[in-house]
Amino acid sequence: MQAKQWEVRLSGTGGQGLVTAGIILAEGAGIYDGKEVVQTQVYGPQSRGGASRSEVIISDEPVMYPEVTESDVLLAMSQEAADAYIHEQRAEGIVLVDSTFVKVVPETRAKVYAIPLTKIAREVARTEIVASIVALGALATLTGIVSQDGLEQAVLARAPKGTEEANRAALHAGFAAGHEVREQ
Amino acid sequence: MRAKPRARLMLGNEACAEGAIAAGVRFFAGYPITPATETAEVMARRLPEVGGVYIQMEDELGSLSAVVGASAGGVKAMTATSSPGFSLMQEFISSAIIGEYPLVVANVMRLGPGIGNIVASQMDVMQARWGAHGGLPMIAFCPSSVRETFELTIRAVNWSERLRTPVLLMTDGVVGHMREKVVIPEPGEIELWNRPLPAVPPEEYQCFDPGPDNVPAIPPFGGKYRVHYNAAIHDFRGVTTMADPKWCEYGVRRLAAKIEAHIDELTETHSVLMDDAEIAVFAYGPVARAAEASVRQAREMGIKAGLMRTVTLWPFPEKQVREMAKQVEVIVVPEMNLGQMVLEVERCAAGQAQIESVTRVDSMLITPKQVLDRITAVAPRRQIPWPS
Repeated sequence: MQAKQWEVRLSGTGGQGLVTAGIILAEGAGIYDGKEVVQTQVYGPQSRGGASRSEVIISDEPVMYPEVTESDVLLAMSQEAADAYIHEQRAEGIVLVDSTFVKVVPETRAKVYAIPLTKIAREVARTEIVASIVALGALATLTGIVSQDGLEQAVLARAPKGTEEANRAALHAGFAAGHEVREQ
Repeated sequence: MRAKPRARLMLGNEACAEGAIAAGVRFFAGYPITPATETAEVMARRLPEVGGVYIQMEDELGSLSAVVGASAGGVKAMTATSSPGFSLMQEFISSAIIGEYPLVVANVMRLGPGIGNIVASQMDVMQARWGAHGGLPMIAFCPSSVRETFELTIRAVNWSERLRTPVLLMTDGVVGHMREKVVIPEPGEIELWNRPLPAVPPEEYQCFDPGPDNVPAIPPFGGKYRVHYNAAIHDFRGVTTMADPKWCEYGVRRLAAKIEAHIDELTETHSVLMDDAEIAVFAYGPVARAAEASVRQAREMGIKAGLMRTVTLWPFPEKQVREMAKQVEVIVVPEMNLGQMVLEVERCAAGQAQIESVTRVDSMLITPKQVLDRITAVAPRRQIPWPS
């Protein structure tokens, strides 16, 4: 199999847990699946409200340039994020938007999947805070960049005590939602 | 369940803290500053677990003076800061050079001047060499990755102890705030160096009487040995002799010689695709990762490009650069500053190769494309075939 590198951009609004989601994705792929990974994020005034982003590069080989230039996988959890980042998305890749917030998907040649990630989080875990975990579950199903098993271990290792079940429910709802949209 | 993995995903600044603890550092005094703060945060949590001490000081001057004091007390000690704090620390770095107290300063470089911004740059690499008054040789390492941050922090501590001198870890906001995998070795797997202890009884001991490698033995303060910390020119006993030109000359030259004697061991460079290279890129820190990507892209275009990455900023790898300049026609030097190490490359190349400086000062990491654009701009002139 040819070595493959995935450049993943997780974007949305400050407070949606995207930096943590990036860390969990990197731990799932890097620590549990044994891939090479680099995770970076944008800090600063943008980290509360406004656009926020976290990036993960997953590769079979050591990662040279550590930042995402064009994404293979884009998660957009706000309209602003979709508008800002879809133009740095490769045509061969995929875009996952949270249809709870993203009402208009900007034009792109990439395959777009729309899932109401935040709505699902409210339903299965009674909290929006795990919407990014629903997103990771869906991305795992849609892309295979991380194994479901590796991702679950990473999620549970990071979940604060007492929130394991909410996180597990969110993750499994994400797996299922990813499966559902892929079949459509 | 799978076995608990040994690798951990770690922030660059966290790797600095863990590397320091693995190297035996048991004292950290610091003052928080973005983008260096996580090193202090991890130290504040981890040092008490290993019997160490963390103090948050009132500022950067206090921080480094506390570190000098802890080192004098016999403990491996360090601090971490970012560019504005690094400026404040220069006085005590100079003082620790002449007092010969081992310590490590990690500078997670941000953009300057002044408060500048809080993201990233490589703007203090000349300051690392020349910032402390006196202009004595310095040791400074520069990591390109999180794993290398861990390794070079250990190396910085080791060299500071062995040569009794401050050693600098010049990292930056890119590497400091990046997460990558690090496997923390078991304690026995890491080679640790300690400062030389006196081989003579207390009554014969003179605290600045150097051994054959020009490094004096150093017992901790408070024991039977009489120890003197003196930042003025002094004799073997540590008594001020600043009015004596001979002691001035001897003191300054010995402090330089103890580092210069180890240049070959200290300077580490890594070459990629250099064997037949006609165009070289010379880079350090995270920029070297952009440079490697650009060199590989250039190769795909048929351009004979190669990379020399240095992990040692100071002492500068003079021999390696001199040899490279004889081999290649052009050396491209990308940096996140207005062009600093390029001056050293020019000095060592001494006209043997054309030098191209690529600079970026918007606080963002140089991209492979930026380096590749310069490679392709200079390449065609070399690639025109002789008319047949």
